[in-house]
Amino acid sequence: MSEFLVFFLHGLAYAGLLFLVSAGLTLVFGMMNVLNFAHAAMYMLGAYFSYTLMLHTQGQLWLSIIVCPIALFIIGALIERFLLRRVHAYGHVSELLLTFGLAYIITELVKWYWGNYPLALNIGGFLGETIQFLGLSYPVYRIFVFACGALVAIILAVILQKTRLGIIIRAAVNDNEMVDALGVNVPLVFMGVFAFGAALSGFAGVIAGPLLSTYPGMANDILVDAFVVIVVGGFGSLAGAVIASLIIGELQSFGALLFPKLSIALVYLLMVVVLILKPSGLFGEEQ
Amino acid sequence: MLQVKDLHTYYGKSHVLHGVNLELKEGEVVCLLGRNGVGKSTTMKSIMGIVKPSQGSILFQGHQLVGKTPHEIARLGVGYVPEDRRIFRSLTVHENLIMGLKKGKKNVSDENLWTIEKIYERFPRLADRKNNKGGYLSGGEQQMLTVARTLVGNPRLILVDEPTEGLAPLIVKDVLDMLASVRESGVTILMVEQNFKAALQIADRFYIMGKGRIVFEGDTEALLSAHEIRKNYLEV
Repeated sequence: MSEFLVFFLHGLAYAGLLFLVSAGLTLVFGMMNVLNFAHAAMYMLGAYFSYTLMLHTQGQLWLSIIVCPIALFIIGALIERFLLRRVHAYGHVSELLLTFGLAYIITELVKWYWGNYPLALNIGGFLGETIQFLGLSYPVYRIFVFACGALVAIILAVILQKTRLGIIIRAAVNDNEMVDALGVNVPLVFMGVFAFGAALSGFAGVIAGPLLSTYPGMANDILVDAFVVIVVGGFGSLAGAVIASLIIGELQSFGALLFPKLSIALVYLLMVVVLILKPSGLFGEEQ
Repeated sequence: MLQVKDLHTYYGKSHVLHGVNLELKEGEVVCLLGRNGVGKSTTMKSIMGIVKPSQGSILFQGHQLVGKTPHEIARLGVGYVPEDRRIFRSLTVHENLIMGLKKGKKNVSDENLWTIEKIYERFPRLADRKNNKGGYLSGGEQQMLTVARTLVGNPRLILVDEPTEGLAPLIVKDVLDMLASVRESGVTILMVEQNFKAALQIADRFYIMGKGRIVFEGDTEALLSAHEIRKNYLEV
């Protein structure tokens, strides 16, 4: 019983990370129709920036949590404004190639600067401890990771449902040309959402570092799962991203426990089933 | 208020508008007629900046619109009601109306100002469906919502593309009544309409387009007596 609880909690922690990465990916795809292969590279950069920052500040995680997402917001804004917007006129294939190329370039730069091996970080203080409950001891840090994902999900839900900006973003997922014709500066909204998505992805990287270690393959590892999340949840749907992150997180966790050899296949199996039953995803708009 | 001069627009390599000339005066309702594919919608989209004209000039209240983006043009006071009623399907009726609001300067005096409250008062059917998702409305309700969404931004000119297309006759009347009250509030209207009867009811002046050019311009009387033109460019 307690073993199941541990794996359930592991699943929640991974779901938290997965949501933070998927949120930006799904909103950017929903609005701009760009499948951003470089999105997980922002996650990786977040982790590496944080590693270096913590090395020089004796492990101040809080500082990384503030500084790294801001750095990635700026990088995201620059990528959208000066790269993506320029190739937009040439169609989806060019956009796809651009983000694909960027992902490669960033990965190679990371290997060149930080080295092609995993870097471990230890978290001190309260977050590094374990707590006792229901007869088991569990690391506080994993609970913290899930709590971050949940908190961001709540904040995003409030923004999307209750504010004018949120209404604009949801409208742009439906029809961005019409939003522009109603007087909203859509290119600016695109840049903001792209940059904010990059910041969230970077934030996920910061908190993933101490949990999963920081290594050059970390971007691809999470990107694959994040793609499954946005397909299963439905493109452009935040609610879908929440539910799908939880499902994939738990599936990965229990898959590793129950069918270790099949655990990767399970995720794709789920995607195939959803695509057959509801091609637009669990929460996607029927076209 | 609007002068379109020698407008040329291409879609890729196909030359759609071959020098369109139009003129609208403040407060007029002008209807653009013509068969499918002659460039009526493209004219609208070119004025709105959604497709970029390659040549020509569009002056709106002294501002050159060619080269501006749709949101800049919208902020100058041009409203666009597209064909196919493009409402935001996953937003509620109320949220759709909020999307139409524009911040900043008001172009109109207070009594003629359209607000969301005023829309609900004048068009109670939209008030009844306030919290319904746009995607669940009937075709007529969607059309009314598209017009209302543009109105709450208080444009001085609205471009309305085929407002009655695909609607039942009874609903057509509702939509035309709505456009009549738009005009009463002092908004200038340029519309595309395939329904000849509906066009006659609402418009003061007409342009007929044929293959990317304007081939006729005149009022109701002139239109009714221009048998030859109508035979060549309108009737099927």
